[in-house]
Amino acid sequence: MRDFTLDFERPICELEDKIDELERLADNGQTGLDGEIERLRKKTDKLRSEVYSRLTRWQCVQLARHPARPYTLDYINRITTDFIELHGDRSFQDDRAIVAGLARWGPHRVAVIGQQKGRGTRENLQRNFAMSHPEGYRKALRVMKLSEKFGLPVVTLIDTPGAYPGIGAEERGQAAAIADNLLAMAQLKVPIVAVIIGEGGSGGALALGVADRVYMSEYAIYSVISPEGCASILFRDASRASQAAEALKLTGRDLLEYKLIDGLIDEPPGGAHNDPASAAKEVAEVVTAALDELLPLNHEERIEKRIDKYTRMGTWIEK
Amino acid sequence: MTPWFKRSRERLTTTSKRSIPDGVWVKCDACGEILYRKELDRLLNVCPKCRYHFRVPSDTYIELLLDSEGRTEHDTGLQAADPLKFRDTIKYPERVAKNVQASGMSDAVRCLTGNIDSRHVELAVMDFSFMGGSVGSVVGEKLCRAITRATKAPSPLITVACSGGMRMQEGVFSLMQMAKVSAVLARLSRVPQPFISVLTNPTTGGTTASFAMLGDVCVAEPQALIGFAGPRVIKQTIGQDLPEGFQSAEFLLEHGFLDMIVERSEMKKNISTLLDLLSPNE
Ligand SMILES: [Zn+2]
Repeated sequence: MRDFTLDFERPICELEDKIDELERLADNGQTGLDGEIERLRKKTDKLRSEVYSRLTRWQCVQLARHPARPYTLDYINRITTDFIELHGDRSFQDDRAIVAGLARWGPHRVAVIGQQKGRGTRENLQRNFAMSHPEGYRKALRVMKLSEKFGLPVVTLIDTPGAYPGIGAEERGQAAAIADNLLAMAQLKVPIVAVIIGEGGSGGALALGVADRVYMSEYAIYSVISPEGCASILFRDASRASQAAEALKLTGRDLLEYKLIDGLIDEPPGGAHNDPASAAKEVAEVVTAALDELLPLNHEERIEKRIDKYTRMGTWIEK
Repeated sequence: MTPWFKRSRERLTTTSKRSIPDGVWVKCDACGEILYRKELDRLLNVCPKCRYHFRVPSDTYIELLLDSEGRTEHDTGLQAADPLKFRDTIKYPERVAKNVQASGMSDAVRCLTGNIDSRHVELAVMDFSFMGGSVGSVVGEKLCRAITRATKAPSPLITVACSGGMRMQEGVFSLMQMAKVSAVLARLSRVPQPFISVLTNPTTGGTTASFAMLGDVCVAEPQALIGFAGPRVIKQTIGQDLPEGFQSAEFLLEHGFLDMIVERSEMKKNISTLLDLLSPNE
């Protein structure tokens, strides 16, 4: 049933498997198991809350990258109706690492844009492991301009290890594409709400992440560099990624404390992959509430507030 | 295969991390020519034989661009905090203190109000000698204030980038400086004042992927390494050698991401002419 289990998930999963087995026996008519099932349930809940209440930052990284974690299209399919995907940057190609389209998000008509990871090797190759080329960012920008024209707010779902570091990406202006999005998103006339649902990998994530409201799912991460990259540069040893993850303070809780994001979105016990439906419900509600708040403002006021928010980010000593 | 391709490739593999070495004689990083130090200084640290542009400190660029009259340097009292309590081989505040002491600067950018051929400008010059020109909160805030001054004056803005990207030791605070600087540039973009971005060797990472690529006009020095991902990361990812001249200023010009390549000795003249041509009121 489970294709992939993290080390720290295993003892919890073993208990869950035991409960499943007992329930199966009970279903088949065996009696007197209720007490034992109840006891195991309590034990599982206790163990889970113990494990998850003291997750290390590296364990959070592993959860953010969990292959069973819901991805952008999983959220779109659960949350929205009338989703129409739009393709291409009108210049070079359609970058499948980013999904963009129009949809209804609860009461709101929106443009929804996000990086898309693949399940399995074949899909991951198509999606390039959610590592976009410049065309992905340009497609995103095109759809943002489209939604600006029609007054639709933009929702972005962020989940990428980073922008793709390759020859074609550089030739076609990876840096310029990201920069253009930062500038354009800062002054887009419609509301923008961003949710980091998994991995917020550096500039490649930020290219969809300049927004009036930025939320992170409880076990998502957001970082200036991957823990592995940081470890190999600063500690000269990629295997010290868990140490780097601690040093980088890359969890949602960290960033909320630093006031670099606007809120955390609760995940179901054990993480979004344990209950994708309720994970999606939480995301849907938080985004809808944010849009309800943002839509009544006039666009000039909204843009000024958005820019002001970013100008406050940073910490320094002034002598 | 043109000669500069070869040279810039050599630079990629040997990477000249140091700026100009001290001493009477200097060996050109690119062509190997032995040069007399004083002569090289007189030539703005450009090799007379192969035109290789040695990396220069912010002082040199400030002297190069601004008239000697009417300069004011801003925000020299801003120093890095340590929000993450970051420690790699040493603690981040120790690293900062070492860099402050060695460079005499408070961080990796210097911002001045001054004049270019008597035209009032805001100038921000990065300095690679301070932690590889990495961008953290101080650089972000100083750029933000310079951009805000240019917006309010209003006056032209000139940035000279020389940076390996965002500063890891400040984590997401650093990453957000890309958004912060771009967001205030959005304000400047509503004022009809030119923003000229000068890219020097090297300009990579989040620096390129934010303000350095957002100039109304983007100008680079010859052979400068410019890109998003560093050459080593790309090589590792794709598992093959990079084409010759990859990520050089010439490569970016060819692919349409720069307006022009200008030799250091011609930089002031070119910027001055651009300001004349773009100035809102003549
Ligand atoms: Zn030379």
